[in-house]
Amino acid sequence: MADAVRILVDGVELSVPGGTTVAVALANAGRLAMHRSVDGEPRGPVCGMGMCFECRASIDGRRDTRSCMVTCVDGMEVITSHA
Amino acid sequence: MRELACDVLVIGAGPAGLAAAATAAEGGSRVVVVDENPEAGGQIWRSAMVHGPHPETSALAARALARGARFLTGATVVDAAGANTLFAVDGAGPIMLRAGRLVLALGATERFLPFPGWTLPGVFGVGGLQALAKNGLEIGNRTIAVAGSGPLLLAVAAWLEQHGAHVLGVFEQAPKASVVRFGLGLWRHPRKLAQAVALLRVLRQVPRHHDAWPLRAEGDGYVERVTFSVSGSERTLQVDYLACAFGLAPTTGLGALLGCDIAGGGIVVDALQHTSIPEVLCAGESTGIGGVDCALAEGVVAGHVASGHDDRARAACRRRDRERGFAETLGQAYALRHELRGLPSPETIICRCEDVPWSVVAESDDVRDAKLKTRAGMGPCQGRVCGGALEFLKRWPRDSVRPPLIPITLGELAEVGAALNRTEDQTR
Repeated sequence: MADAVRILVDGVELSVPGGTTVAVALANAGRLAMHRSVDGEPRGPVCGMGMCFECRASIDGRRDTRSCMVTCVDGMEVITSHA
Repeated sequence: MRELACDVLVIGAGPAGLAAAATAAEGGSRVVVVDENPEAGGQIWRSAMVHGPHPETSALAARALARGARFLTGATVVDAAGANTLFAVDGAGPIMLRAGRLVLALGATERFLPFPGWTLPGVFGVGGLQALAKNGLEIGNRTIAVAGSGPLLLAVAAWLEQHGAHVLGVFEQAPKASVVRFGLGLWRHPRKLAQAVALLRVLRQVPRHHDAWPLRAEGDGYVERVTFSVSGSERTLQVDYLACAFGLAPTTGLGALLGCDIAGGGIVVDALQHTSIPEVLCAGESTGIGGVDCALAEGVVAGHVASGHDDRARAACRRRDRERGFAETLGQAYALRHELRGLPSPETIICRCEDVPWSVVAESDDVRDAKLKTRAGMGPCQGRVCGGALEFLKRWPRDSVRPPLIPITLGELAEVGAALNRTEDQTR
């Protein structure tokens, strides 16, 4: 397995195995709920393949990014709407 | 803007796209393959992080690469100026893709049907949970119920068991008789029969229910228990996760954007995989759900046609037709039952992006009416989830898309818009 990488999630540092997608990094850190719906319900990933957008987060400044489609890289900054 | 020109542009690097790319490249064409995932392979050949690429992905990709094909992964097509000029966006911004011929190998997505509690975190798709687990989601010792419909339920249940999860049961909506009849017909397809036998061996300790579907999922902030209807009686299970999907639906979005005819939920193709738009071919699940062997056979036909070898394509049609026949028996065996239309309660969210409940959608006349009244289908997923549900619940066609096909930044939008205008000026 590739070396660990560090990402910043809502200001908190997280160390994950290289190659992990952002959605998986969040879920394995106990943050299965990744955003809040327009009415404030907690939501987490469903499709795992970029269709449902329920894992969306702001990643390095890009809003509404599907976190299941993005591989973690060192220094990546993730902001969720669930904090 | 970056530009990439080729003879044959293949959208999608799953089995159909890879087969088309290898075939067209070996037929002498300059090939570019675009896929929005970080790696080639599509869904069924999605690689598990620890194991590296699936061997069939590597083999087909190597054949294409040996003939000079280029792979652009992590790039999503967002717009098109006709069939010969597409715009994709990757981590570095927009790219213009110019091609003589286009092969759409868009694959399929799972069909999710709404029931009370289906929006709770921890309720995944079936392929969805497997995809996340292959990317490293921890599933060891988790209790998981697998529900919905189709052979994927057994395949994923077995995979989860083999990777340390505890599968509490498989809940298939189809009647046992039709699943058994389908299984008995597998003798005509020895490779599939062997796969089915191997799956059932892994699952011999796992209860398998038919005439069964989820009635409601409950929990405080995430799923904790699920109540199923099993042959007419209720059964409640404590779970860590629920994996639930009701078969697959062809992905048609880019085809619809280009103006390809769509019927029966899939992109319409003729005997040589031509769509209704000249220069645009389509292969694999996006033409109709047929499974991996069918997708490979269609990809080969499309690859030959795309590289100008119709004679070779005709020779490859027989295998494709045999696999199509299998696809039809599959569709019949796992047809969705009418009772599933009664699953959502008035309060159940149908459009997850905009939190639109069933009570509101149920009263709308069609997709347009629902969008105007409620914004259903207007969120970031553009109706990819609720469209598949409403195709079944309301029999509404699922073909409405608008560019950009995924949210992009304003800067990218402006760049693509300017390039679109230039392209249109040139062709006027």
